[in-house]
Formats: sequence, C-alpha cells, structure tokens
Amino acid sequence: MTLTHSPAGSATRRRRGTARQSRAGMAFVAAYAVLLVAFGVLPTAYAVYFAFTDAGGKVTGFANFVTAGQDFRFLDAVSHVAVYLVFWLLSLVVFVVALALLLHRLGSGSAGKALRFLYYIPGALAGAASVLVWLFMLDPTVSPVSSLLGALGFHTFGEVIAPGNLPVLFTVIAFWTGAGGWIVVMYGALDNIPTDVMEAARIDGAGAWQTAWHVQIPMLRKWIVYMVILAFAGGAQLFVEPQLLSLASVGVAGRDYSLNQLTYDFAFQMNNVNGAAAVSVELLVVSVSAAAVFVARSGFFDAE
Amino acid sequence: MTVNKPASSPKRALGKKRAASLAGCAATVLLTMTACGGGTAGTTAKDGFAQAPQKDGALTVWVDATRMDAAKLYQRQHPDVKLDIVSYDGDANGSNYLQTKVQLFNRTHKGWPDVVFSSQNNEASWAVDAGFAAPLDKGLVARSTLGQFARGANDVCTVKGTLYCLRNDLSQAVLWYNAPLLKRFGYTVPTTWEEFQALGEKVAKEHPGYLVGDAGDSFTPEIYLWASKCGANHITGPKAVSVNTTGESCTRMAKLMDALIENKSMSTSGVFSTDFGKNEADKVLLMPGPAWYGGALFKGTFKAPAKQIAAAPVPQWQGETSPSTGNVGGGTWLLSQHSTHIKAATDFLKWVTTDDAYQGAKAPGFPAYAPAAETWLKGQDASGYFAGDLSALKAASSQVWPGWGSGRFSQEAIWAATVKPGLTQGKSVVSMLPAWQDSIVKYAESNGYKVSQ
Repeated sequence: MTLTHSPAGSATRRRRGTARQSRAGMAFVAAYAVLLVAFGVLPTAYAVYFAFTDAGGKVTGFANFVTAGQDFRFLDAVSHVAVYLVFWLLSLVVFVVALALLLHRLGSGSAGKALRFLYYIPGALAGAASVLVWLFMLDPTVSPVSSLLGALGFHTFGEVIAPGNLPVLFTVIAFWTGAGGWIVVMYGALDNIPTDVMEAARIDGAGAWQTAWHVQIPMLRKWIVYMVILAFAGGAQLFVEPQLLSLASVGVAGRDYSLNQLTYDFAFQMNNVNGAAAVSVELLVVSVSAAAVFVARSGFFDAE
Repeated sequence: MTVNKPASSPKRALGKKRAASLAGCAATVLLTMTACGGGTAGTTAKDGFAQAPQKDGALTVWVDATRMDAAKLYQRQHPDVKLDIVSYDGDANGSNYLQTKVQLFNRTHKGWPDVVFSSQNNEASWAVDAGFAAPLDKGLVARSTLGQFARGANDVCTVKGTLYCLRNDLSQAVLWYNAPLLKRFGYTVPTTWEEFQALGEKVAKEHPGYLVGDAGDSFTPEIYLWASKCGANHITGPKAVSVNTTGESCTRMAKLMDALIENKSMSTSGVFSTDFGKNEADKVLLMPGPAWYGGALFKGTFKAPAKQIAAAPVPQWQGETSPSTGNVGGGTWLLSQHSTHIKAATDFLKWVTTDDAYQGAKAPGFPAYAPAAETWLKGQDASGYFAGDLSALKAASSQVWPGWGSGRFSQEAIWAATVKPGLTQGKSVVSMLPAWQDSIVKYAESNGYKVSQ
C-alpha cells in the first residue's frame, strides 16, 4: 500500500480516496490488533507458560494437567459443562432460528419492530445483573411468577435449585440473556436472502414451512455455524450463573459446578495458579478444536 | 510463581518472580501504565515480621455490614485518624472472597487492606501461608491484653504457637426460646436432648406449625453435631484431620434431627432464607443456635418484640458428665503484614476487639474479650430486650467442645453442597452421613490434609 502521485486529477482524487480509506482501515485493524495482543494473545501465552511450569517456574511437562485431572471435582465439572452445552446449544439453534423465522414473517411492521426490540433488551443488561434478575425470578417467596413455580411443584428456593434442575436453569438464564442478540442477527441474515430467491420459491408453490426448511435455513447455515462456535466457546466457560447461584443459595447449589469455577478454586482457594492454567488451556484446546470441526464440516470460509 | 512457597534457592526464585512479574507488567502496561515495583524492598524486621516502610495515609479497613458500625464508631471517636472503610461480604458462609483478593494482591504486590474482619474463624489456616496475617503476640499486642480473651477464644488464630488474628466474638451455641409462648403452651425448657426430642414430638401433635429448631443452614452441623461431639472435623495437626461421621455421637443426633424434621417441628429452610423469614419466623418456640442469634437473628432479622426471647443452656445427652456445645463462626480480625500504617492498624485492632465502647456496648455478638463480655452481658440485661438474663451464654463460652477444629476447607460449604440438597429432597440426615464423610475427606485431601478416618 504505497502512495503514488498520479498527474491525472481524477485518478489522484480517486487514489487519494482509496489511500485515505485504507489508512483508516489500517488504523482500525491496528487498534484491534493491539487489543487482541494485549487481552487475547499475551494472556493466552501466559496461561500456556503457567500450565507447563510449576510454582517456581520450572518446566514440568504435563504434571499440572495430571494434578488438575485427578482433582475429585474435575470429572463432575466436565460432565456438568457437557450436559449444559447440549441443552444450551440445542435450545439456542432451535429457538433462535424458529423465532427469527417467525419474526421475519411478521415483516418490518411495527409488531416486528417491537418484538425485535423486546428480544434484544435482556442482552443489553450486563451478564451478572441479568443473572441476579433470575435469582429473584426463581425464588418462589419473592418471585413475580411464584404461582407458575408453584404449579410446577416448586414451593421453596431449595426445591427449584435441586441438582437435577441446574442444567435447565442455567440454559434458561443463558438463553434469556444471550439469545435475543442472535435472533436479531439471524433476522438480519434472513433479510439478506435475495428477494428473487424467495420469489422463485413462492412461484414454485412453496409454502411458509417449505420455504423455511428448503430455502431459508440452508442459506442461514453459516450464520448458525458461527453462532454455535461462539456459543460453544461461551458455554464451555460457564461461570457467572453457577457462581452467583452458589452465593445466593449460600453454597447449596452451584459451587464447583463448572470447569471455570474449578480454575477459580485452583487459582485462589488452593493457591495453584498452574493447575488453574492447565484447566483453562484444556478449555481453549476443546473450544478451538470444536470450532475447527464446525468450520471444516460446514465450509464456513468457502466463497459464496 | 507464588510468594508463599519458597523454592530451594530464594535468590533464584526471586529472579523468576521478577521475570514473571515483568512479563505480567508487559502485558498490562500497554493500557494501564501500572507501576510494577517489587514488594520486598526496604523492610525492617520488627514485632516478629518484616515490616514495610511506614507511611502516612489512610488506614484501609475491610468489614462486613454488621461490623460497619464498629468502624464508623471508631471514626467518630478518633476523628484525626484517616480511615478508609470498605464493605465486603465478610467471607460469610465460606465465600472465600478475602482469600481470593489476597492471592491477587500477592501477585500485584499492592492493595492489601490494613485490618480486615472476617466472619469465618479459619482464616489463619491460609492467611499465614499466604504471608498476609501479621503475628500479633510478638510485640504488636501486649500479652496482658491477650491474656484477657476468653479461654480458647484465640485457638483458631494460633498457628504453630504464634497468634495471627484476634477473635471478635464467641459463637457458642445455646438454646434460644420464646419464653411467653413456652409458658402459654405449658412446656418447660428441655435440659436433655431426649427431652428436647420428646418436646418436639409434642409440639408437632399439639401445636403443629411451631418449631423447635432449624436444620437448613450451612452451619447446622456446627449447632447440633458439634454439640453432640461428632468427630467430623477433628483437626489433629497443621495438615492433619480425623473424620468420622458415622460414630454413635453423630448418628444419635442425626436420628433426633430426622425424627423432628419428619414431624415438621424442625424446619429445613434455613433461618436466613426468604422462606423462613416470611412463613416461619413467628413460629419459633425453641431454637438451638449460636450466641449471635439473639442480636443478629431474633432482634435484627426477625424483629421479635422485647421480653420474648430468652437463652438456656444447650441440652445434653442423658448421662453425659461433661457439658458440651457447638460454635458457629465467631469472627476474627486480621492485621496485614504489608501494612504501611502498622501503628494505626494496631490501635484500631486493639480498640475494635477490646474496647467497651464497641464490644461492651454495641456488639451484636458475645465478645471474645472477657472484660468486654462482662460489660456486654450487663448491657443486655439492662436493655431489657431479652426475657431473663443471658447467663447461659457465659456458661456456654467455656463449654465449646474442642474436638471440632477450623481447617482450611469450609465445613459449612461442604454441608451446604452435600447434605442440604438431600434434605430438600426429603432424604434423612442419617442416610447422608457416609456421603458427608466422603465429601469432607475429598475436600480435606485436595487442600493438602492428611486424613484419618
């Protein structure tokens, strides 16, 4: 990207425009790159360094991974996160796509606009705050929907947060806080499907269901994959929901529930930062591998 | 890269530490421009530890909501002291907030509070290893002062013979009861656990809905099983614990609890739950519980009217020769080794634990400092809130069974996660004793304890 001065006036103007644009682009990318290095690459490298060394900085190979894996909470945490991911990803894919399609059928009228706004509101609340909202919602003594909880057979907070209910509860909370944004994204993607394709489908006699199943969902595939990759990485790092729940329930439910909580315990309660780093490196490897599989299988980066 | 595990070669370890903290600084310096200095330069050995260079400036004090009054009162009485009062959860229910923060401060080499209150009494078990708690009996606090704390009160603060914290209050369990209600029902205060159980069964029949106790809190084992001399938490050495939850002393209390939970005269909600506050607070006939129930629970949370609540000794098993009771927490005050205002910090610490102005007159719990406890008892009698005197508290203060220790792992957290969910699902306490033991053993071992069962 060199700057050349051309004698031709219009060409110069055009080039200057391009140059200015690319300079602006560079500036934006540079800012992003700095942040990425400071908050993404360096901490990751630091964690990898910790994961393979001991408290004195001596290289220990996989000893930290063995120690972490042998902790009595490790396998439980893995299974908790796995079950949660199944619930979370399934509900996300099914409901987000379904709601986005419904929303799209409503069109851009006022009802559609209002719904889009409503879907998005919870996502605008900060994560921890929206979890706190749910802690009130789920306590039958103070909940505005206590009659609903009562109808489901829950009369005390203790009954609501029984161990078997936790994956569903965390999914509900995560869906409420996180899905709205994705619905709006999917709606945008649906809007981008060329009208001639939709019209062709209509002329061919496709109903709403067939259009959705054979035209819209296949064309949303990349967006769905993108959502699943990010949701998988986010879900594997489950932390705020169980941690706040464990505080709210004075430790009855949610303590040592997820892998991220285990890393927190390792780092701060057991003073074993290296073990904590080992678990977080494992999480990184799993998330990156899952993303790689999804990208490879879906042809995510193929040109349209 | 930790501060508290000296490597074989200290110099080398320090080098590594520097290198690592340099790397850490490099990562953050881009955006925060934090000063990354070493933390050990220029210390003087005094009062049994290496003291940082002393400076002027505000004294940072961390307290929970209840102890906020103490800090504010100190500020009023000492307007010339610059005080920075920070409110935190007080590590309630073993939340480990303080420990988490200290581990972070140890990494950043700054930020430690000068004096900190914790509602937990096992803080010394980690705070000494973490290089946070300063020794108090090596010059900071006079031996004559320390000698006036109630017998055994500061045992939880003693690590390898050195004192690292001061006990705020004692939390010996007694039997709280609603005196007018008990009289109206025509019952008498039970003195044995057998009588207690019989009374619970009577209440269930004659006055269903009324309660003789609660078994739904994370500290439930400390009220009932500790008083029954259950060997669930016998700390036998700095890193050794003996755990046996299925002995006779545990099972008979568990059976008593099961019987009363079954007939609903014992609640499983937990006294601080929204459910209890809304539906059961005015149904309390009897309630075994710690000393601080009087002020914090009955007066503060339940807003029970005056002349209603009274305290009796905790029941004993029939034929028991040595009376025993349990203990729930009893906060501790720690002083930071890293403080740059040690003089001011020590003054605050001494005032807050011993001065009658707070401990004698204002404290919600039974002061650990015996002279203040005398004043406190007189004050409670004079206030006329309780129906009858609180002499049961004084008697119980020396009857806490010493076979239950304060390890690094939180017994409250273990009970909450292991036994409480089962109680909610209707399982019996007896049936969960083996699982409880299993869980204690696992937590103890993962914290580096050698466990004998």
